Amino acid sequence: MAERILDVKNLKINFHTYAGDVKAIRDVSFHLNKGETLAIVGESGSGKSVTTKSLMGLLANNAEVIGGSIMYHDEDILKKSEKQMQNIRGKEIAMIFQDPMTSLDPTMKIGQQIAEPLMKHKKVEKKKAWAQALDILKLVGISNAEERIKDYPHQFSGGQRQRIVIAIALVCYPEILIADEPTTALDVTIQAQILQLMKELQAKIETSIIFITHDLGVVAGMADRVAVMYAGQIVEYGTVDEIFYNPQHPYTWGLLNSMPTLTSTKLEAIPGTPPDLLDPPKGDPFAARNPYAMKIDVEQQPPFFKVSETHYAATWLLHPDAPKVTPPEEIVRRHQLFAKMTHQSV
Amino acid sequence: MRKYLLKRVFYMILTLFLVASITFFLMKLMPGTPYSNQEKMTPQQIQIMNEQYGLNKPIWMQYLIYLGGMLHGDLGTSFQFSNQPVSYLISSRIGPSAQLGAQAMVFGLFFGIIVGSIAAINRNTWIDTTSTVLSIIGKSVPNFVLAVLLQYYIALKLGWFPIADWGSFSYTVLPTIALGVGPLAETARFIRTGMVDVMNSDYIELAKAKGLSRYGVVYHHALRNSLIPLVTLIGPYTVALMTGSLVIENIFSIPGIGEQFVKSILTNDYPTIMGVTMLFSAGLVVVILLTDIIYGIIDPRIRLSGNGD
Amino acid sequence: MEEKLKLSPDSFEALPQAQEPDNEKIAAPSLTFVQDAWRRLKMNKGALISFWIIILMMIVAFGSSFFINHSTLVKSAPQYANLPAKIPGVPINGFNGKLKVAGQWVDEYKQNNVPTGKYFILGTDNLGHSLAQRILYGTKISLIVALVATFFDLTIGVAYGIISGWRGGRVDTVMQRIIEIISSIPSLVIVVLMLIVLRPGMTSIIAAIAISSWTTMARMIRAETLQLKSQEYVLAARSLGESPFKIAWKHLVPNLSSVIIIQTMYTIPTAIFFEAFLSFIGIGISSPETSLGVLLNDGQKNFQFLPYQMWYPAIVLCILMIAFNLLGDGLRDAFDPKSRR
Repeated sequence: MAERILDVKNLKINFHTYAGDVKAIRDVSFHLNKGETLAIVGESGSGKSVTTKSLMGLLANNAEVIGGSIMYHDEDILKKSEKQMQNIRGKEIAMIFQDPMTSLDPTMKIGQQIAEPLMKHKKVEKKKAWAQALDILKLVGISNAEERIKDYPHQFSGGQRQRIVIAIALVCYPEILIADEPTTALDVTIQAQILQLMKELQAKIETSIIFITHDLGVVAGMADRVAVMYAGQIVEYGTVDEIFYNPQHPYTWGLLNSMPTLTSTKLEAIPGTPPDLLDPPKGDPFAARNPYAMKIDVEQQPPFFKVSETHYAATWLLHPDAPKVTPPEEIVRRHQLFAKMTHQSV
Repeated sequence: MRKYLLKRVFYMILTLFLVASITFFLMKLMPGTPYSNQEKMTPQQIQIMNEQYGLNKPIWMQYLIYLGGMLHGDLGTSFQFSNQPVSYLISSRIGPSAQLGAQAMVFGLFFGIIVGSIAAINRNTWIDTTSTVLSIIGKSVPNFVLAVLLQYYIALKLGWFPIADWGSFSYTVLPTIALGVGPLAETARFIRTGMVDVMNSDYIELAKAKGLSRYGVVYHHALRNSLIPLVTLIGPYTVALMTGSLVIENIFSIPGIGEQFVKSILTNDYPTIMGVTMLFSAGLVVVILLTDIIYGIIDPRIRLSGNGD
Repeated sequence: MEEKLKLSPDSFEALPQAQEPDNEKIAAPSLTFVQDAWRRLKMNKGALISFWIIILMMIVAFGSSFFINHSTLVKSAPQYANLPAKIPGVPINGFNGKLKVAGQWVDEYKQNNVPTGKYFILGTDNLGHSLAQRILYGTKISLIVALVATFFDLTIGVAYGIISGWRGGRVDTVMQRIIEIISSIPSLVIVVLMLIVLRPGMTSIIAAIAISSWTTMARMIRAETLQLKSQEYVLAARSLGESPFKIAWKHLVPNLSSVIIIQTMYTIPTAIFFEAFLSFIGIGISSPETSLGVLLNDGQKNFQFLPYQMWYPAIVLCILMIAFNLLGDGLRDAFDPKSRR
């Protein structure tokens, strides 16, 4: 079994607001293996970003971790002091943000911005740090890097800026890279380039990636494993093939069904909106939007049912007593493909 | 850049020309003679005086003479301080005013930045509340009220500083505080708002994600970015300090331009009023131009260009 | 693990499908823009208190004119000059008609043979006028000056800004250059020139303040108009051929209202300050007329011996300024949720 470098167990996070406590993360567990890419997929508000912020120790002031642990190298990140976290951030766990247009300091030369983590963590003097910054700038594919290192962020395009943000994140060769929707704000063609770059760099730098996105299409080419989040909980996780071709949770079905394919003639949207996490429903949070909902869905939260060694899903549909339902056409097609794939490999 | 500068200088000169012309004709419209405040004079004396001041020439001629003189730094002769050229009156008094203004500006900016950034870093704590309340009071209490209170309680009652007049540095302390509290409060509010905005921005999040310390985040990223727009306030502050100098110099009997200006207004000393008017206007346009240039230099996003706004 | 779950035989029956997922229902009643702003303003205690203080001061200041005879404020009554505050039944030094003279509290009312029963709750000035009456009257004058000046400032600024922003092109360029030139002349200079030409007095102060301060309003309105102009609903109205005047009135002004209200709230204290400032240095309103500035000027002369003569008007002026500034801040936060924090 692969080495687990990060192990999140039963994480629970609340946000204190004027209206009451928003239960943003409700009992989330997942792990990250060395060298792999884990994608966390979910719609906005599902708690993906909050989860990753808690890994960095960068939760907002009104957020409170009310339970669980985040084990990194046998130590609980949640128990570390701010000072200790500062030594982890940027050095061992680095992060790429969503919007490259706003995530660079507009008044600082990009060379300095890339050199900063080196000077902080590796105690490298300024000149050397700039030299290393130049190397990494070349590595992320900024042409004419020698001159451009002295430029300011506004002199770069969005795609270039995201490359710079990636350079900042990777300059200390972190063990874990958290990419929070790194391509959402970019044009489609640039998206592909950035994803390609991340894959190449992952191989070179040997880092593990947690890839946050709402776009399943991006996941397919990037991730080794996928966790699907809904309303502050993980509802299904498995390898990328298992999630794409043998999905079990109706929410995953909905997500896949709303994704354009070569054969689809019309996009199916998931009706309704996620539940209000100020007052989460008692049973399965997806029940209200689930066309396959059963009585038990509104009464009790489903546990994780094992589909395979690597594949679990939290839906009552997997209970032995549950009636057999026929998933949407597209999912049936995928299931058939999956059967063929596993058949071949066996 | 050059085109931009040329354009700006052109507008500067145009502004000053307009101010000069408007002031000149307004003053000519004024009823009464320059001598009305002095003792009765015989018609002959008035005749002689008129000739001496060039007042017997047609108005357009006086206008041209006035403009021409201004180019050489000649602002005419004061009506009240017999035979003293206005340019001399001004130049002999500009020192204290400039010193006071500069001190008040530095005082206001320096302490304003400190108070504002401390408030922003400790947002929504008692420190923030206190500084917000003090800033509102500082902004609201008129400087002349403050000046009278300082003069009475600090100088007269406690005797810590001289009551009035001009001399060593200790003479400047109270007037500087009275003048500088307004800019201080304004700066504190400005920096606090700006810094809170900046602290919520993505690049501060990234700076934290780099593992920088609290100090590193605030000092290298937050403060820098919230200080730059402060430059735009220097123009308005200059206006406020000029305005304030009128009362503050009066209250503390400082031999400066402001005190002279009030005296000239009260005695209808038109040439001096025109001279000080020109001086204040010129001072402001120069300050505005300088701050625009400085802003362009320190904020990498702004490139000064010749094409309009 | 499954043993722990309580499952009944009917647990796996399918739920009846709801017609429409009801979680798209909007829980709170929808609020109009102004209602929403008012709701937010009410949560800001400082601003709310300031609002009521301003209302109260206006009612008192304007209401008092029915009871204060202006002629008695102009006529001097030397027999009552420089009496300290006296409120019957308040035996606190400073409010009992006593004044500290050479370290001793002396009953000034007895000293000056003021008939018993005659008292002045805030004392008198050096000409024997009731200070309380003068302050009320002066506050009224200061408020009138500020409000009228702000009204003109607003009218000129809004009209200029809308025209400049709406017309765009060459008109806009020229109008912007004019503003640039005017605003690079210190307002002090404009005010002083106006006062010299128009002769000091209420009208000239109002004119001077209005003329020197409209440029800020015009600039903000122009910027906002430029933005609004490209909004779809305005484009729609234009393409439907509505007259520019009607568009301005129906679409622009309501949407500019927040900018106008906020800017107005900041202009009023500036105007109050300018009036007080000008009267204080003696080139605004002057005695025996009354305004807060005049009272401060009068009070300052005797400050060393009769500090109350300056303290009282100063306190009123400061409260007024603080209240307007706080209300302005509150309104800015209420109207602009972006800056709310």
